[in-house]
Amino acid sequence: MSLRSNVLDLRKRKKEVQKGGGDKAIEKQVKMGKLTARERILALLDKNSFHEYDLFVEHAAKDFGMEGKTLHGDGVIIGTGTIYDKPVCIFAQDFTVAGGSLGLMHARKITKIMDHALKMRVPLIGINDSGGARIQEGVNSLAGYGEIFFRNTLASGVIPQISVILGPCAGGAVYSPALTDFVFVVENISKMFITGPSVVKSVLGEEVSMEELGGAKVHAEVTGNAHFYAETEMECFDQIKTLISFIPRSNLKKALAHKPKAPLKGVKVEDIVPADPRIPYDMRDVLKSITDGSEFFEVMERFAPNIIVGFGRMNGETVGFVANQPMVLAGVLDIDSSDKAARFIRYCDAFNIPIVTMEDLPGYLPGVDQEHAGVIRHGAKILYAYSEATVPKITVIVRKAYGGGYIAMNSRHLRADFVFAWPTAEIAVMGPEGAANIVFRKEIAEAENPEEMRQQKIEEYKEKFANPYVAAAQGYIDEVIEPSETRSRILHALQVSENKSASMPAKKHGIPPF
Amino acid sequence: MAEEKELKNLVIQGAVYKTTFTKRFENRVKYVTPDPNELYSFIPGTIIDIFIKTKQKVKEGETLLLLEAMKMENQVRMPFDGEIVKIHVKKGEVIPNRHLMIEIKPTK
Repeated sequence: MSLRSNVLDLRKRKKEVQKGGGDKAIEKQVKMGKLTARERILALLDKNSFHEYDLFVEHAAKDFGMEGKTLHGDGVIIGTGTIYDKPVCIFAQDFTVAGGSLGLMHARKITKIMDHALKMRVPLIGINDSGGARIQEGVNSLAGYGEIFFRNTLASGVIPQISVILGPCAGGAVYSPALTDFVFVVENISKMFITGPSVVKSVLGEEVSMEELGGAKVHAEVTGNAHFYAETEMECFDQIKTLISFIPRSNLKKALAHKPKAPLKGVKVEDIVPADPRIPYDMRDVLKSITDGSEFFEVMERFAPNIIVGFGRMNGETVGFVANQPMVLAGVLDIDSSDKAARFIRYCDAFNIPIVTMEDLPGYLPGVDQEHAGVIRHGAKILYAYSEATVPKITVIVRKAYGGGYIAMNSRHLRADFVFAWPTAEIAVMGPEGAANIVFRKEIAEAENPEEMRQQKIEEYKEKFANPYVAAAQGYIDEVIEPSETRSRILHALQVSENKSASMPAKKHGIPPF
Repeated sequence: MAEEKELKNLVIQGAVYKTTFTKRFENRVKYVTPDPNELYSFIPGTIIDIFIKTKQKVKEGETLLLLEAMKMENQVRMPFDGEIVKIHVKKGEVIPNRHLMIEIKPTK
C-alpha cells in the first residue's frame, strides 16, 4: 500500500464517523428545528478553526445487546478552535447518536477536553443535547457525570465555563450547566429539568408540558438558571461570541481592550433621571449614556429585572455594571436580585473585571413571602460578594440610597474605592416619609391637624437628611458630582485603580451564605 | 419609557413609588395564618388508608391516615387530644401538596 492509500483510507473512515447517527437520525434532528452537533460547532467557531479529537472513540457498553452496536464518537464531539482568533475548548453532545446519551467513553471525552481547557487556561464551551444517562451502562454513566461536575467545580473561577442548552438536558445532567458561569438557552429547543413531565404526572398528578416545566423562557425568567435567552440557535451563537469578547480567557488575564469609543451623542444623562425619587426611569439608559459606544451587554435580562447586571466598556476596557432598576419594583433588593447581583460580582472579581455600581433603591422588599423564603440569608450574599471583591470598585449614587440597601450597594464601608454621588442623592436610614413617621410620631399624633404636621415634618427631614452632604461630611462619599461628569469621573477612577493591590486575609475559603 | 408601560404604586416605608411589577411579585401567595384545626398534606401523594371516622375521639399521636409519597408510607398523626370534624379525602385518592385532608378540634 502506498502512503496515498492510507490517506484515502483515513478520509473514508473520518467521513463515515463524522456523519454521527446517520442520515435518518440527522433528518429527525433537523425536523426538531435543531442544527447537528457538528454544524453548531462550525457555526460558533471561527471559520476553519475547529480541530476535533477522539473522533474514533467507541463506546464501552457490554450489556443489553450494546456490544454489537456502533456509536460514532460515542455521541459527543470534542475539540479546540478559536473565537475572534482566541482559543477555546469545546464539546457538543450529538443527539443523533443514541440520543446523545452519556456513557463511560462519552464522559471520558468530555472530561478530557475539560482537563485540557483547565491546563491550557482557555475558556470551555459545552453544548448540551442529550437524553441523559445511558441506562445500559449503569453506574458507569453516573460516574461520568460525577467526573464532569467535579471538573466544573475545579475550573470554576479559573477559566470561563459556558453551557449552551440546545436540546434536552435532564436529570443529573443539569448540574453541569448549573455549576458553570453562563448558561445559554434557545426558545423551543432548550429543556432542563430534574424530573420530567411524565414523572411529575405519575407522582404528583400534575399535568405540565415540557416547555412549561423547563423550557427556555422558564429558565430565563422564573428559575434564574439561564443567563441568556435567544429565539434561534444562530442568535444564541452571536450572544456567546459577544460574551467571549467581553471576558478574559482565564483568571490570570485581563479582558482584551477594544478601541476606546465615546458614548453616542444625543444621550444626555441629566435628561434621563427625574429629580423626584419616586418617579421611575430606565436605568439602562443611564448606563448607555456613559459606556463606550453606548453599548451595554446585559446578563440575566429577564430574571429579577429590578437589578441590572452586565458588561460594557469604558475607554476600551471591560467593566461589570451592577445597577438598581427603578422601573421594576422601584429597584428594591429582594431574594432574586441579591442572588443575581452577588453571583455577577463574584464573577467579575474572579476574572479581574472592575465593578461599577449605579445606585438608586428604596431598600429591601417587604413581605411575608420574602421573609419566609429567606431574604436574610439571600440578601446577605450581596454584602458578602461586594466585601470580598478586590477588583476596583466604584459606586455612583444616583438618587436613593436608603438603609440596608445603601450599605449593600458597594458602600464605602464594604471597601468601595470610589464613591460618587449626584446632587440628587439621598443617603439616609430610610426615606423622609418613613423617617418622619417614626422620629416625629408624638408631634404628629398630638397635632391639631396630624396630616399637615406630617407633611411639614417630612419636608423638615427631607431638608436635613435627604441629600448627599451629610454622608459627604463624614467622608463616606468622596465627591458630589454633576450628572454630566459621571463618565469622566468613572474613567479617571478606573485609571487610578489600574494597579490596585488589595487582598483578603489568608484562608482556605470563606463561607458565603449559599 | 415610563409612559409606555402602565405604572403601579409600590409602598415602601411610607413612600409611594411609581414602578412596574414582575410576574413573580404579582403572583406571590398571600400569607394566611395556619389554623391548627386543619390538617394539610405536606407532600403530594396517595391516600392508602384512613383509620378514623367523623366525630371519632382521637388521642394525641394516634395515626389518622397513611399518605404514600415517594415510595414511603407517611403516617399522619393527631397533633393533640381531640375529635374528627370532617374528612376531606377518600381512600385511593391522589392529592397534591397543601391539600386539606382532615378537620379536627381539640377536646375541651
